[in-house]
Amino acid sequence: MMKLDKGMTLGKKAVALKPSGIRKFFDIVAEMDDVVSLGVGEPDFDTPWAVRDEGIYTLEKGKTFYTSNSGLKELREEIVNFQMKRLGVRYDPIHECLVTVGGSEAIDLAFRAICDPGDEILIPEPSYVSYTPCAILADAVPVPIPLKAENDFRLTPEELEEHITDKTKILVLPFPNNPTGAVMTRADLEPIAKICIERNLFVVTDEIYSELTYTGEDHASIVQFPHMQERTVLINGFSKAFAMTGWRLGYCCGPQEIISLMTKIHQFAIMCAPTNSQYAAVVALRDCYAEVEKMREAYNQRRRFLLHAFEQIGLPCFEPFGAFYVFPCIKEFGMTSEEFATRLLEEERVAVVPGDAFGESGEGYIRISYAYSLEALKVAVGRLERFVTRLRSR
Amino acid sequence: MREQILALLERNSKMTPEEIAVLLGSSKEMIAEEIRRMEAENIICGYNTLINWDHTGAEKVTGLIEVRVTPQRGQGFDHIAERIYNYPEVQSVYLISGGYDLLVILEGKSLKDIASFVHSKLSTMDSVISTATHFILKKYKDDGIIFDQEKGDPRQTITP
Repeated sequence: MMKLDKGMTLGKKAVALKPSGIRKFFDIVAEMDDVVSLGVGEPDFDTPWAVRDEGIYTLEKGKTFYTSNSGLKELREEIVNFQMKRLGVRYDPIHECLVTVGGSEAIDLAFRAICDPGDEILIPEPSYVSYTPCAILADAVPVPIPLKAENDFRLTPEELEEHITDKTKILVLPFPNNPTGAVMTRADLEPIAKICIERNLFVVTDEIYSELTYTGEDHASIVQFPHMQERTVLINGFSKAFAMTGWRLGYCCGPQEIISLMTKIHQFAIMCAPTNSQYAAVVALRDCYAEVEKMREAYNQRRRFLLHAFEQIGLPCFEPFGAFYVFPCIKEFGMTSEEFATRLLEEERVAVVPGDAFGESGEGYIRISYAYSLEALKVAVGRLERFVTRLRSR
Repeated sequence: MREQILALLERNSKMTPEEIAVLLGSSKEMIAEEIRRMEAENIICGYNTLINWDHTGAEKVTGLIEVRVTPQRGQGFDHIAERIYNYPEVQSVYLISGGYDLLVILEGKSLKDIASFVHSKLSTMDSVISTATHFILKKYKDDGIIFDQEKGDPRQTITP
């Protein structure tokens, strides 16, 4: 292996960045065979065929050049139409929408566009692993807000108030939530919106799981409240709803002033999102919502199956109404999440993700994904039950 | 609720009322009752198993026959369709719009079986004007299920 010469030093910020807790666990799993995994954060469904077919077609036609920095105009038009239909909120496709490389890129861009060094970003936890490192890389200060199981892992106005300082710049809203599956209803969001306006905060709302909610009501967004659209970057994408993770395509909508700054950074760092994926995504939005609904129904059935199974096993778990995760509590076993997950893996060959990988307040929980067939879930639950029974009998 | 039950059973007729109840957030008794009613109403007409016969040693030939007929006064196509579908070797009979009237799907042990059915039974019926027989060479997908689909999970074991 190559080595750097002595005296050549690397960026302290990147060196100091804590590696993802998931990564560490992944390396252990990679060494084992016969693992039943409940550890993925991506759909098990194939991308709808119409989308893949369009991808193939555009390759055949040689549509393989850069698009404009902001993304294909027809895609941005479909995106704002989609948001209009889903949320009843209007964005201008030319100035208020940017197509990005996954929702992840939009998180990075939003923090960098909005923050000055030392600005604080409020990050409700447990949540997706990228917010904190992206905040640090933007020279901002990540401030976790630990969410509580007794509130079903929703953000309360009191918790928000408690963490606001003079330096607070952005509130991140990661709902529907990975890893807990928690959703915020309209009623939950209303007081949050009020505080954001009073305290003059920007909001970055990551709604990548917006199409996967099981409350029977439509997904609610903070941008639906008066005067919230003008202080909010709405992030969404194709990965979860349309089962398009590998296409790497997301987008954000927001006020022109923010979006144009984000576009400037995007232009230098990325140029444009993958052209092929953009054409395919037009078809996804235009023609494939029926498939999203089918997938949602399948996820919902699996969700019920798992909750029922946990009830039988006696694992406490609040009912999550979004994404494709359940987040059962394992505190009764007197182990850390990591110990529990490691032993479950070693003794029963079942891979789950320890809750603390998503922030300290995830300690005592494990994330279980139901982006698996029912058959696979049945096998995994059987093994989990055997493990738990054995632990209790000691 | 009915449609949801049917969608599950259509994919997997082995599913028990108890399993369906968990998936749909309902009770075992309610699901069982609803299934019983749908059986009585002839909505659920049977419980088949989808088999890829190509993977067995069994000799089977499937013929697809386009049949043009003269509809009969007062009975339309129903009478002639009945005369055809009552033969046990006939798998399916559909009334079709377009260039012909009935599509008959027939199963036999050999090409000869099918040919002899067409010659001796089908073509000789009074109202049959003409037939065109096609043989199925390979089934790729049947009843919404793709045969020979790759199994296994292409995803990484753990992702954030």
